[in-house]
Amino acid sequence: MPCTGRVDALLILRTFESGVDGVYVAGCMEGECHFLRGNLRARRRVEYVKGLLEEVGLGRERVEMFNMSASQGQRFAECAREMTERIRSLGPSPVRK
Amino acid sequence: MIVGDRKDFKEILEKLGSLRRVLVLGCNECVTVCGVGGEREVGVLAAELRLYWKKEGEAFDIREHTLERQCDYEYIDQVRGFVNDYDVILSMACGAGVQYVAETYKTKLVLPAVNTTFLGVTIEQGVWSERCQGCGACILDMTGGVCPIARCAKSLLNGPCGGSSEGKCEIDKEIDCAWQLIVDRLKESGQMERYEEILPVKDWRTSREGGPRKRVREDLRL
Repeated sequence: MPCTGRVDALLILRTFESGVDGVYVAGCMEGECHFLRGNLRARRRVEYVKGLLEEVGLGRERVEMFNMSASQGQRFAECAREMTERIRSLGPSPVRK
Repeated sequence: MIVGDRKDFKEILEKLGSLRRVLVLGCNECVTVCGVGGEREVGVLAAELRLYWKKEGEAFDIREHTLERQCDYEYIDQVRGFVNDYDVILSMACGAGVQYVAETYKTKLVLPAVNTTFLGVTIEQGVWSERCQGCGACILDMTGGVCPIARCAKSLLNGPCGGSSEGKCEIDKEIDCAWQLIVDRLKESGQMERYEEILPVKDWRTSREGGPRKRVREDLRL
């Protein structure tokens, strides 16, 4: 999507319904959103979804928000590794069993 | 508009008990605007239920549907064709909507997924504030357009009280003193003479104290 400002709770929940083990949202650096506040909105929404995932028993750790610029390939890889490790330690989504 | 809060997921689960065929029913009016019971929120609650029951390995049948309004029979009637396919209607409307759906489908179990809280306004996207208690005898002409019934913690008709400090109410520093707002507004609008008038004891019979209210307009009836 063109901006993380499009991310909402329903989108993330439906992604979990499709059977994914985790979701991370990669937004632009805070303060550098082309649409001014898209990434800040996304962060709030991710926080909201964390609460929803906790409620349904999947756990808040399965979703995360990261910020990076388009030129930070290394940072992107670091976030991907961090999230992969986290999800690996949490195990498969209980929804998939 | 009518403003509400989504009930906790745990409470909703408890109310559903062992029922797994659920019609999640939203409303396109007030609860959509305040982000609690519209099509999107129906989707979120339905997704939560599906995720939870999938995790628990349980079978379920959830249908999402959002009506234009749940406070008008014509719209409620639109689900008649499939309402009996479900054990329960989980209504995300305000209390009025929940009740009217229950009145319409007398044999169906209808559960509220929302706590109806107040009549209010949108302060900004994501922020709503109470403005009216529907007392049935509006005095906003006397109070500069600021309602002391809804906005003063004590509903004082002749305020402020001693708990007003620097424009805030003693119950919470975040809450404006309604009577400070009233005085400010009367000054701004050149109506300070209104403040000299003592408002009489309110006749609460027009409010809830007079029992459930009903309004009939014969000229509008068919």
